[in-house]
Amino acid sequence: MEVGQLQRSFVEYMASLFREGFLDAQFSQLQQLQDDSNPDFVVEVVSLFFEDSERLLNDLTMALDQPNVDFKQVDAHVHQLKGSSSSVGAQRVKNCCVPFRNCCEEQNIETCLRCLQQIKQEYLLVKNKLQTLFELEQQIVAAGGAIPMVQ
Amino acid sequence: MGSLLRMNRLLSSIVESCNCIIDPQLPADDLLMKYQYISDFFIALAYFSIPVELIYFVKKSAVFPYRWVLVQFGAFIVLCGATHLINLWTFNMHTRNVAIVMTTAKALTALVSCVTALMLVHIIPDLLSVKTRELFLKKKAAQLDREMGIIRTQEETGRHVRMLTHEIRSTLDRHTILKTTLVELGRTLALEECALWMPTRAGIELQLSYTLRHQNPVGLTVPIQLPVINQVFGTNHVVKISPNSPVAKLRPAGKYMPGEVVAVRVPLLHLSNFQINDWPELSTKRYALMVLMLPSDSARQWHVHELELVEVVADQVAVALSHAAILEESMRARDLLMEQNVALDLARREAEMAVRARNDFLAVMNHEMRTPMHAIIALSSLLQETDLTPEQRLMVETILKSSNLLATLINDVLDLSRLEDGSLQLDIGTFNLHALFREVLSLIKPIASVKKLFVTLSLSSDLPEYVIGDEKRLMQILLNVVGNAVKFSKEGSVSISAFVAKSDSLRDPRAPEFFAVPSENHFYLRVQIKDSGIGITPQDIPNLFSKFTQSQALATTNSGGTGLGLAICKRFVNLMEGHIWIESEGLGKGSTAIFIIKLGIPGRANESKLPFVTKLPANHMQMSFQGLKVLVMDENGVSRMVTKGLLTHLGCDVTTVGSRDECLRVVTHEHKVVFMDVSMQGINCYEVAVVIHERFGKRHGRPLIVALTGNTDRVTKENCMRVGMDGVILKPVSVDKMRSVLSELLEHGVVLES
Repeated sequence: MEVGQLQRSFVEYMASLFREGFLDAQFSQLQQLQDDSNPDFVVEVVSLFFEDSERLLNDLTMALDQPNVDFKQVDAHVHQLKGSSSSVGAQRVKNCCVPFRNCCEEQNIETCLRCLQQIKQEYLLVKNKLQTLFELEQQIVAAGGAIPMVQ
Repeated sequence: MGSLLRMNRLLSSIVESCNCIIDPQLPADDLLMKYQYISDFFIALAYFSIPVELIYFVKKSAVFPYRWVLVQFGAFIVLCGATHLINLWTFNMHTRNVAIVMTTAKALTALVSCVTALMLVHIIPDLLSVKTRELFLKKKAAQLDREMGIIRTQEETGRHVRMLTHEIRSTLDRHTILKTTLVELGRTLALEECALWMPTRAGIELQLSYTLRHQNPVGLTVPIQLPVINQVFGTNHVVKISPNSPVAKLRPAGKYMPGEVVAVRVPLLHLSNFQINDWPELSTKRYALMVLMLPSDSARQWHVHELELVEVVADQVAVALSHAAILEESMRARDLLMEQNVALDLARREAEMAVRARNDFLAVMNHEMRTPMHAIIALSSLLQETDLTPEQRLMVETILKSSNLLATLINDVLDLSRLEDGSLQLDIGTFNLHALFREVLSLIKPIASVKKLFVTLSLSSDLPEYVIGDEKRLMQILLNVVGNAVKFSKEGSVSISAFVAKSDSLRDPRAPEFFAVPSENHFYLRVQIKDSGIGITPQDIPNLFSKFTQSQALATTNSGGTGLGLAICKRFVNLMEGHIWIESEGLGKGSTAIFIIKLGIPGRANESKLPFVTKLPANHMQMSFQGLKVLVMDENGVSRMVTKGLLTHLGCDVTTVGSRDECLRVVTHEHKVVFMDVSMQGINCYEVAVVIHERFGKRHGRPLIVALTGNTDRVTKENCMRVGMDGVILKPVSVDKMRSVLSELLEHGVVLES
């Protein structure tokens, strides 16, 4: 595919991510921080986010699997997840964390499990999207073009 | 006896020895002499003993006032006695000495008796009057006794009344009051029967409501118009009634004469009788009847004090009943108020919920509606720039126009709702007022020239060039009003004039509540937009600024407005502490829109409040960020990395730590700023600030401490302030925000974000 087309699809894709709420303004901020001294900033941060989130989600699954669920621990994990997701601008994931914390406060295992499910879904979705985005970026760079900035 | 015998022998010897030429006495004369002798002797005895007795008894008594008289009397008696005694020797021949003694005695006796007689003339009336006085005193004592009896009875009555009243008034329950009254009256007056007849609801009959002896009143009724009842109701005194009257037939007929029956009225005071400051009127017309019956087999009669007692009690009962009624009423009112309170609370909460729901809805719809709108508008305008057939172009233009209109409508609605919430705040800044007017003019000129309207702008010479206010919204107001003027004028001209309002032109007689107070830092801008359009009828003028209303004439011309423009203008003008109104002389005579708003004057004391940042310091600060040593403490790896990237982008030399212990280990006086994420669980992060304070104090220059947090609630801010942090920033932090924060920190040493 030629560069222009790739770039256009990149822009569209990015716009759709924003539009559909997967990403929010914070992600744009991250992009702004990427410069010559820090060319892979976004990728690095997002990769860290993936690692962190997967670990947290595993911990959460295990914690909710216990016979005596330690809700404080669950809440702490969710808090971390919320922090991470809001730092990268993964809006939907962050939005799922708030009800999750409420369920923890109510100490209701059913609703917690449901929230966990939802967060996992959202996380996988956004991971998917971001990975697609990065692939597009790589393609553009490979084709010799520059990554367009999306405001 | 011996003396008698001797005397007898003496006499007989004298008679035998004398042999005188005295007529020979008969032996009977001898006896007579003998008796006389004896009597004289006894008389003498008596005469001597009486004074002795008198003296003895008078000595015993203490109060005899006439001792002297007694002495006289005693002397008189003694002498009389002496006389009689001496008489004993004078029966027969006696010597001359005896005769002299006798004579002396007699003479003395005569003297004393005369004196005594004279004395007694004075004394006896006194003595007699003593007797009278005694009688008088006795009568008086009897009278006092009687009066004492009466007073005692009255006091008893009073005590009974007090006790009764106390009993009656100690309860506020109507039933108890009445029952207690009957019981206490029955007890106090030892009644056989006591009954209370209450008027029925309709007021035509009296119903037997309470009786003393029968536990359950039968429910007898008696028509209220009986003469006996009228008689009782006619006076507030107790009335004796016949035991045969229907109200008094309460006991089964017995063998004995029924006791006396009295009846008294008990006024039933209604709440409405109590005016605020007046006493209840007595024309209450509602009375109950109390009937009291004395025991039938006693001869008792009604005493006055008993009747008085009954009257007093009846009055007290009336008062007690009315108190009970008032209490009932006030309890009911209080219950009602509580209910209303609860209902109002509920309504308020529902209203709040509704408002919140609306706000939430608006907030969501805001985003949801705007996003597709922007997509449509953006893409349609993009489409316009491609190659299109004329029909396609027309279609796209229509799409664009409609969607712009829709976008404006959405913005207006959302603006208005935010305005009404009071959540809208003006963006105050310094701007060029003259330039603003010129821009409005240039925007409106094309449309006006299409309609062949002349637009003129005149700015008064004393109008400042630079002012402080909300530029965007002032532009919005001007565009709206001028736009209306152009829209509703088919021909002629539109003139815009602006000048500084003087105090006389500040007041509009139609808005007397608008008080403009010019001060040194502010002035009032008055703008008049006059058009020669279709004008407005006087009826429509009040509705101009209401939402969604359009006058009839306007509606027919399909002006395509939302009807919200003027409403929004009014809200903005109000926010700018001003006033807006429209004058028109009628249809076809054009109209003038006038508004006055408050604007600040730059270059005065409020300079320091300017948030408008000049470019120069930013660049200056930018350079000094280079190599600025900062420390970032954040437990969350991702968040840490982002903050580091942010600060690195701005040129800082960033060190990151993941825990507070690490932070305390690593921090040195070379670090100028410490960014601390406090959205971590627990309050441990605050301790770090305290330790840093302690460690560095003012010696080496303490690093500034800034908290990064995801929520800016009051508690977090207070905690941060308490431990001596130099600033609180809300995450997520944009590059610009971080830049300004750093510059503020380094310039002022503190940053606060609201």
